[in-house]
Amino acid sequence: MSSIIIYIIMIVLLMISYFKDKKKTKQALKKAWKSFDNILPQIIGVLMLVGILLAVFDAQLISKLIGNESGWIGVIIGAVIGAITLIPGFVAFPTAAMLLGAGAGYMQIGAFVSTLMMVGVITAPVEIKYFGKRLTILRNTLAFVFSFAVAYIIGKVVGKV
Amino acid sequence: MKQIKRYSFSLIIITVIAIMILINKETGIKALKITGNSFKEMLSVIPPVFVLLGLLDVWVPKETMMKYMGEQSGLKGIILAFILGSAAAGPLYGAFPVAAVFMKKGVKFSNILIFIGAWSTTKIPMFVFEITSLGTKFAVTRLLIDIPGIIIIANILSYLTSKAQVKTIYQNAQSMT
Repeated sequence: MSSIIIYIIMIVLLMISYFKDKKKTKQALKKAWKSFDNILPQIIGVLMLVGILLAVFDAQLISKLIGNESGWIGVIIGAVIGAITLIPGFVAFPTAAMLLGAGAGYMQIGAFVSTLMMVGVITAPVEIKYFGKRLTILRNTLAFVFSFAVAYIIGKVVGKV
Repeated sequence: MKQIKRYSFSLIIITVIAIMILINKETGIKALKITGNSFKEMLSVIPPVFVLLGLLDVWVPKETMMKYMGEQSGLKGIILAFILGSAAAGPLYGAFPVAAVFMKKGVKFSNILIFIGAWSTTKIPMFVFEITSLGTKFAVTRLLIDIPGIIIIANILSYLTSKAQVKTIYQNAQSMT
């Protein structure tokens, strides 16, 4: 759905740009390709690596590790799994819902979802290309620590039913 | 030769998948299938993001971006960074090239960090999806913690990064776009 919208926006803007200035539009497309080509090798590698990880660690295994009774150990495991993996959003939330159904706890899922979105160990090579090693490590570490606060509050607010 | 070197990481991973298929066919094929799905997701949003980026780079003057999101932009810049990051589509790695163009256009460093934070976790399309899968209570609680969290993380990061380091990052961004 959002992909159709974004493609439509792109086509409309490209057409406006083309009618206003052909040369500038060409230049824009060239720049677009240059930026895309720049990170393409990393992205291809990263996507395949994610494929391997998700094939090895399936949902059943994960929900066993981060069950309701697993406490802070489970939160740490959930956070680490989330930090390493990179699951597309439309897969991530149903997966999280499935894990909850399979016995995972809210606090643990809170940590998992939070690091899943904010921390990217596998995508770090792409991030380093733009922000350098130091800032990439700092950002991911802070986001990782922050996810524990998220987990704690979600556990307090949502966990008690 | 240069191309092979650029793709060496991908080639290693392809070899690993090939070995997996030889050892355990089922898991290997599963890995390939998941990779295929991720590629589909990538192609559904990343190419337009880059084209829009190219258009932004060519059409929007640096002065305009600086006025709205630069050093002097204050609260306006913070809010804009949040909105732009949240309205975006696509996985986190799509945010970095956008950030590079922002740097080129003179956007304030902490606003770039807020933009990255918002893109990573407060995306509007994802929020709707989160509500339907995990419930309103879960999604809203997470959103309410994430907004101050993103601002705090952005401020700590810009506090920990020296002016010289910011300059190096901005210079690097010039060469990336």
